[in-house]
Amino acid sequence: MHELSIAHSLVELAIEAAEKTGTKRVKTLYLKLGVLSGVVKEALEFSFDVVVQGTPLEGARLVIEDIPVKVFCPDCKQAHILPEPFPMRCPVCKRRTGQVLEGREMELYALEGGEEDAGSDVKPPDR
Amino acid sequence: MQEVTLNPRIVEIRQNILKKNDVLARELRKGFQEAGVYVINLVSSPGAGKTTLLTEMLTRLGERYGVAALVGDLATENDAERLRLSGAQVRQITTGTVCHLDAEMVKRNLEGWDLEAIDFLFIENVGNLVCPASYDLGENQRVVLFSVTEGEDKPVKYPTIVNSADTAVITKIDLAEAVGFQRECFYEALNEVRPGIPIFEVSVRTGEGIEEWIAHLEAGKAAFEKAAGCL
Ligand SMILES: [Zn+2]
Repeated sequence: MHELSIAHSLVELAIEAAEKTGTKRVKTLYLKLGVLSGVVKEALEFSFDVVVQGTPLEGARLVIEDIPVKVFCPDCKQAHILPEPFPMRCPVCKRRTGQVLEGREMELYALEGGEEDAGSDVKPPDR
Repeated sequence: MQEVTLNPRIVEIRQNILKKNDVLARELRKGFQEAGVYVINLVSSPGAGKTTLLTEMLTRLGERYGVAALVGDLATENDAERLRLSGAQVRQITTGTVCHLDAEMVKRNLEGWDLEAIDFLFIENVGNLVCPASYDLGENQRVVLFSVTEGEDKPVKYPTIVNSADTAVITKIDLAEAVGFQRECFYEALNEVRPGIPIFEVSVRTGEGIEEWIAHLEAGKAAFEKAAGCL
């Protein structure tokens, strides 16, 4: 089960990102998880609850958005969302395509802080 | 009582959770490229014949190239012992309870090796078709192995790893008939998950397909060198 390792990386990344963006007391972590990411959502949620103990993120909530596979069909010249990760075929014309546009992500999308930061509004993250 | 409403702040982060691994893998890949090391990451279930095939590849390629292997294993030195018989430089990465290799483990275990003297580096991942999928090790080619005894639906049971692979190798092909291996179904399954994936059939026991497979690796290395030359 590599979700435990992933939860560790997530907490580490989130703490770092919270510091960088001046987010105090992180309330919620928003994640995007592709169905091809190889991560089991429930296992990640469970692991997160374990890993987060004793860290500055303790008590934070995990909100996970499932991202379906989106492929590009060279025949239709269009992107399509697949109802299942496979078959990797265009759902319209049934042509096989391996051009995956979305569905592999394992991304910390956003953080929600619980306290107002003195005078600053929502600002974009530092890059 | 007056209600105090806190102004929730949402800040966009948009970073890969495994960013640290990805950054390190990119560094490794660059270092490999500069030293001319072509790196192959082997993934499979336990018992697919990874170590046997690896021993064969190290022996054959070792006649003409500098070869080395990093072997991820949960607890034993047995695999590395078998591999050292080929004469190649081999290091065991004992992962303890961790079910996959990551870029950090690869980096740590390369210490002291002269990359300039290595042409092919094989990384035998931990026997597992789930966890290794998420970790880039800086490899040039990710190879997923299945043996003919594993059943035709195996690729669709592990779509993530198959979809992330560059090549598929079907091992123990000499047993195909005996176990009633359904070649077409297997190819179909692989292509439903990773359309167009190159598939090789090999048997270390009879030697079937080994030369084609070795030639494919050499061609991969040649293409990689050509690309490096264009930098
Ligand atoms: Zn189409």
